[in-house]
Amino acid sequence: MASDGASDGASDGAKEGGLGEVAAKALGNRSFVIGGVLTGVLIVVALVSLVWTPYSVIDMDIAGKLRVPSAAHWFGTDQFGRDVFSMMMVGAQNSIAVSLVAVGVGAGFGVPLGALAAARGGWLDETVMRFNDFAFAFPAVLSAVMITALAGPGAVNSIIAIGIFNIPVFARLTRGGALAIWKREFVMAARVAGKNAVRITVEHILPNVASILIVQATIQFALAILAEAGLSYLGLGTQPPQPSWGKMLNEAQTLMFLAPQLAIFPGVAIVLTVLGLNLLGDGLRDVLDPRLRRLR
Amino acid sequence: MSVFLARRLVALFLTLLGASLAVFLILEVLPGDPATVMLGIGAQEDSLAALRAQLGLDRPAWQRYLVWIWGWFQGDLGNSYAYDEPVIKIILERLRVSLPLALMAITLSTAIGLPLGVLAAARRNSLTDVSVMGFVQVGVAIPNFWFAILMILFFSVFLKVMPAGGFAGWDAGVWPAIKSLILPAVALALPQAAILARVTRSSVLEVMREDYVRTARAKGLTFAAALWRHAVRNALIPVVTIMGLQFSFLLAGTIIIENVFYLPGLGRLIFQAIAQRDVIVVKDVVVLLAGAVVLVNFIVDMSYALLDPRLRGGGHGQ
Repeated sequence: MASDGASDGASDGAKEGGLGEVAAKALGNRSFVIGGVLTGVLIVVALVSLVWTPYSVIDMDIAGKLRVPSAAHWFGTDQFGRDVFSMMMVGAQNSIAVSLVAVGVGAGFGVPLGALAAARGGWLDETVMRFNDFAFAFPAVLSAVMITALAGPGAVNSIIAIGIFNIPVFARLTRGGALAIWKREFVMAARVAGKNAVRITVEHILPNVASILIVQATIQFALAILAEAGLSYLGLGTQPPQPSWGKMLNEAQTLMFLAPQLAIFPGVAIVLTVLGLNLLGDGLRDVLDPRLRRLR
Repeated sequence: MSVFLARRLVALFLTLLGASLAVFLILEVLPGDPATVMLGIGAQEDSLAALRAQLGLDRPAWQRYLVWIWGWFQGDLGNSYAYDEPVIKIILERLRVSLPLALMAITLSTAIGLPLGVLAAARRNSLTDVSVMGFVQVGVAIPNFWFAILMILFFSVFLKVMPAGGFAGWDAGVWPAIKSLILPAVALALPQAAILARVTRSSVLEVMREDYVRTARAKGLTFAAALWRHAVRNALIPVVTIMGLQFSFLLAGTIIIENVFYLPGLGRLIFQAIAQRDVIVVKDVVVLLAGAVVLVNFIVDMSYALLDPRLRGGGHGQ
């Protein structure tokens, strides 16, 4: 999806000013600040949930089930009397973990593939791009369906499914960006100096496409959060008793007439998380890549 | 053009081949014995043997693959294990729900997304623009299944004007059938409309800066005329591309949304087939959906090559 404009502008935007200047620009960017705060809150909540939640998310309290929000239970309780707020804290941790690893898998395979395709060209390039086309035909849900049919549902399977869908995204973007950089004079100079393709890729190409990759990673992270929620809503992802936002929404749907409030909180959490990451991505793009800003 | 077409056709063929091979390897070869996967570990030996015969497991894998692919050309995919009906019949039945649903969603998202995008670009930095961009941010952040649940809460639980799920069936008349597809289509269309509006906006803005638009204005064309006659038409090329790319998200969305509304479409079929461990159906529907994504992107590639001769060159720089 990378347009040529995006790859051309990727080169040295961030290097023009010092690090301080970039930081100043970032703090003056509204998208970046709002997105950063939302994402920051999510990460803090997830980290806190590792060591502390107001209530246990495993223990049931049938007598106190389906309570409406109160001082004791901020978001109320579910059909087993579990504290919804605590479950959502652990859900945040689950969302982040699955999405982070999935995007890591996508970038870990996609970036080297794209860089290789751009460096070698010819049949290798063609092969990688064909592989891309074909991997692109499997949205995360479809891969997850196959993996589940084979190995049963689970968080690891949703990581693999979302990761596979991310590979072509990163490969395409890296290749597009790298192709533009390979034509630049400083790369010519490096070749004349006798550096080989691997060294040029590591020393010159990758640093110059890093900013578009970081921006894209933020956006893919947001998409992964949505995909993970969708998969666990379908029951293909994270399994109980581990709480996940998608699973909570699935259970809330069956209780819609009794306790409609249960369908609200996890959804709001997903929206705020995705919104935060998207804003952060937009902000990062403005900060790292001033040439793209004119389009917006 | 014919070289370009030939190249793209070869690529299309290879992609379809790769996708079908991958599905076959993952679902039929990797598990070792698909019959055991379908019946579970405690299955009776004679029912296992019967299923193995039905699946043709006595033949080598490559033969089974060829038979399977050949079946696609002949419209014969064998019988479903769980439904004991021809798979092709089940798929065609389910398509009567999924296809109208997808078409309604695409129509709806285009009808919302395109005008919003053009409007936002035409009134750049106005309140309209800011509102559209706000809609875009929220639209892409809302999970479509949650939006669906909210709509059910509002329209079905509180207002009681829409069905909360299920499909009336085309035999019940066109309107009841369409009515059961409205909320699902809206849920599917929302994120698509948001993305479409964003792409349309930036694409129109870009074209409006081109020299020929400035020339048109200098010749005395009004802003509106320049916008519609030149900018929008040229801006549509990237928009069509994005619509093609979005198709795979739409399909993925269909799988989830059909399950939210209990619609008997392909998405629900694939989901039920997993629960019933009906590998035959899973394999066929996955390949059908993946093939659809590949085909739609091929058609999009071809159509914008027709729209814009500059793109017919090599495959580079795309």
